[in-house]
Amino acid sequence: MSDVANDVIAIIAKKVRVPNHPKIELSDRLEDLGLESLDAVEMIFDLEEKFDIQIPYNANTTRTEFDTVGDVVGAIQKLVDKKNS
Amino acid sequence: MNRVVVTGLGAVTPLGHNAAAYWDGLQRGVSGLGPITLSATPEELTQKVVAEIKGFDPLKHFDERELPTLDRVSQIAIVAAREAIAQSGIVFDLSLSVRTACIIGSGVGGMTTLDDTYRRVYRDNKKRVYPLSIPRLMVNAPASQISMHCGLRGPAFVVASACASATHAIGLAFHMVRSGAVECAVTGGSEACITFGTMRGWEAMRVMAPEVCRPFSIGREGMLIGEGAAVLVLEPLERAKARGADIIAEIVGFGMSADAGDLTAPDVEGMSRAMQWALEDAGLSPQDVQYVNAHGTGTAANDETETRALHKVFGNHARSLAISSTKSMVGHALGAAGALEMVATVMAVRDGVAPPTIAYLGPDPACDLDYVPNVARKMDIDVALSNSFAFGGLNAVLVAKKYS
Repeated sequence: MSDVANDVIAIIAKKVRVPNHPKIELSDRLEDLGLESLDAVEMIFDLEEKFDIQIPYNANTTRTEFDTVGDVVGAIQKLVDKKNS
Repeated sequence: MNRVVVTGLGAVTPLGHNAAAYWDGLQRGVSGLGPITLSATPEELTQKVVAEIKGFDPLKHFDERELPTLDRVSQIAIVAAREAIAQSGIVFDLSLSVRTACIIGSGVGGMTTLDDTYRRVYRDNKKRVYPLSIPRLMVNAPASQISMHCGLRGPAFVVASACASATHAIGLAFHMVRSGAVECAVTGGSEACITFGTMRGWEAMRVMAPEVCRPFSIGREGMLIGEGAAVLVLEPLERAKARGADIIAEIVGFGMSADAGDLTAPDVEGMSRAMQWALEDAGLSPQDVQYVNAHGTGTAANDETETRALHKVFGNHARSLAISSTKSMVGHALGAAGALEMVATVMAVRDGVAPPTIAYLGPDPACDLDYVPNVARKMDIDVALSNSFAFGGLNAVLVAKKYS
């Protein structure tokens, strides 16, 4: 797994509310991990701070774009690549 | 118990600097949105659109020597209070002034002063701040300044419950006049926090629409921040009649509740209980209501949840209600929103006009009621509700009734 994926998963892992949840997989849905709307907003902040990027995220409209852990990793990877290009 | 009537209104809003201009703009469906100018370095902000009070010149209203003591939030509060008191025709002599309450809602108080102060010390590395920074920024400043400028010597304080502040303030004032605890009340709300730091805070919440606030509509993208002040003068019906005052409308009910649940997510139960309590307080049944000035922030969550709460409280009658969000025109004035909206509600009752929800594109399946889309509606309104639901799960609802 890429460094970005590992970092993203580490940040998401701090927000997981499901007790004794096994290792987070890219296919896991954020909702199934127990992430509520404020958790998502905090996660976005942590990701922006970690990668020094700006993530266009509006809680009113982007709920479906960030459905799984893999969706988040993909979006962050794109923004990191764009920043480094 | 006194019947309580409104005999004066004042407003300083993105649609004009007095209550008549504000109500006229609401009826015509005018948008008060525009680019941010009040924040320092607005070019650094991601958010570009807010609802500002445009062209407010404090020197038209205050002596230059008074201004060092007045944050914008107090300036607009005083201007609105002066207008409301002037319209009421009440002269507050000493004996009346000691029995008059001044209860004002504000979410955060003098944020412009706080922002300027922090910018000076943290960004510009200045060693000192303006000497009156603290009394300018204190959250009670709008109530204190109205009491000082208008000579009100009775109970005076600010109520802070975020987006429900002004509704809680007006509700308390209503109950105090109804019970006879005070003779009159000057009450409402003021908010002016379109500053760099506050906008950064709202950006981080991820709830703002990029450009347009379209409450209850398909395709809505969130709320927009506004600012403003609105003030109502309340007094007992018998007192108003005895002095031949022009009675604008009656306030008949006030209800409150706390969700005791999520910090920011709205809650059907909490919203419903506040509306039911307000109707019980008024001695009215749901079928008596024709118009609801909704909280209607334009966020996905609020509008859907508020719709469900309206279904719960009103049952089949929900489909007969005219419901609108004036935030579509003036943005969300936070701690002042409930006062701006109560002025709109009182005028709706008096004139028999439901103001529209503008920028409405079409029905969202989750918001399936009549939101008075885009154009104001002439209709008989005997009873109307004004809803306010705050972050922190604090809910407050007022009931206005046509005076006859």
